[in-house]
Amino acid sequence: MRRFLIGFGLAALVIAGALSYLADPDPDGLDSVTRRGCVADEATGELSGECIARDATNHALGDGPLADYTVNGDDGLTGLAGVAGVTATFGVAGGLFWLLRRRSPAGSGDGGGTGS
Amino acid sequence: MHLADGIVNAPTSILYGFVAIAGLALALRRARADLDERTAPMAGLVAAFVFAVQMINFPILPGVSGHLLGGALVAILVGPWVGALCVAIVLVVQALLFADGGVSALGASITNMALVGVAAGFLVAMALRRVATRGPAGLALVAFVSALVNVVVAAGSFVVQYAIGGDAGIGLAEVTGVMLGLHALIGVGEGVITALTVGAVARVRPDLVYLLRRSRSEVAA
Repeated sequence: MRRFLIGFGLAALVIAGALSYLADPDPDGLDSVTRRGCVADEATGELSGECIARDATNHALGDGPLADYTVNGDDGLTGLAGVAGVTATFGVAGGLFWLLRRRSPAGSGDGGGTGS
Repeated sequence: MHLADGIVNAPTSILYGFVAIAGLALALRRARADLDERTAPMAGLVAAFVFAVQMINFPILPGVSGHLLGGALVAILVGPWVGALCVAIVLVVQALLFADGGVSALGASITNMALVGVAAGFLVAMALRRVATRGPAGLALVAFVSALVNVVVAAGSFVVQYAIGGDAGIGLAEVTGVMLGLHALIGVGEGVITALTVGAVARVRPDLVYLLRRSRSEVAA
């Protein structure tokens, strides 16, 4: 069990830490729909024309240290940002699920099938 | 498929905030039954894995990419309730730490990908469960089909949001057609990734695949 979980975790770290450099930088399906009708400025990325994305506002946390999967804006460090994201996601999700789990009667001795 | 702030108007964002809270509250209640000492760490890793794979945008057309949503993937591996929580946590981490997906649009994004997408993927996978238990090829086929449907239905959920609260002057018919068409293509990529991942887990630890476990007996062996 432990070996499988370590392997699964390592796979996530390698994908986020290394494979992420190969990601296609083009807008995804939804972003390309919201940008239909607009032209993005090559340098600034600013949109001109008539499209849904013109309604979009700047991200409230766009100045954060990991914004846009960079480290302080350096996209050469995308892998590092990815490793941080995998770790944070595992921390939040793993922690929540561990708290929610049913305790086995033999294990923790609380005997209840429904947990705390 | 993360919505930026402002794509749908404020009342719609708030409405979907409540939808997301209600859906996740239900998932939180029902998830307990599917979590124990074995499946809880697995589910945490599934969430981390979805985060990782969502970073890998793959090309679908010139100038257009797509990425995994993960709805069918999580539903097949850890079940719909835990799975919805996995995708929602990924979306919250992305919005708060990586400025990916607007904070005010989180309710809409969670509804599309964590609630609607997971539900669609799960329902298709359950409907085809008999095929999935026949062997590796059957499981791969079910994973592929349920993942494809999950993406297209999640895209349809955005179209509904745009119909309710999109202020831009782009016609609904055009948005619907392009949105569903592009996401049928993205769904093929999602299907391949989901089939490969579920297949890899099932090969070494079939007992950790929710869909197979539930079909063998209702009690986790």
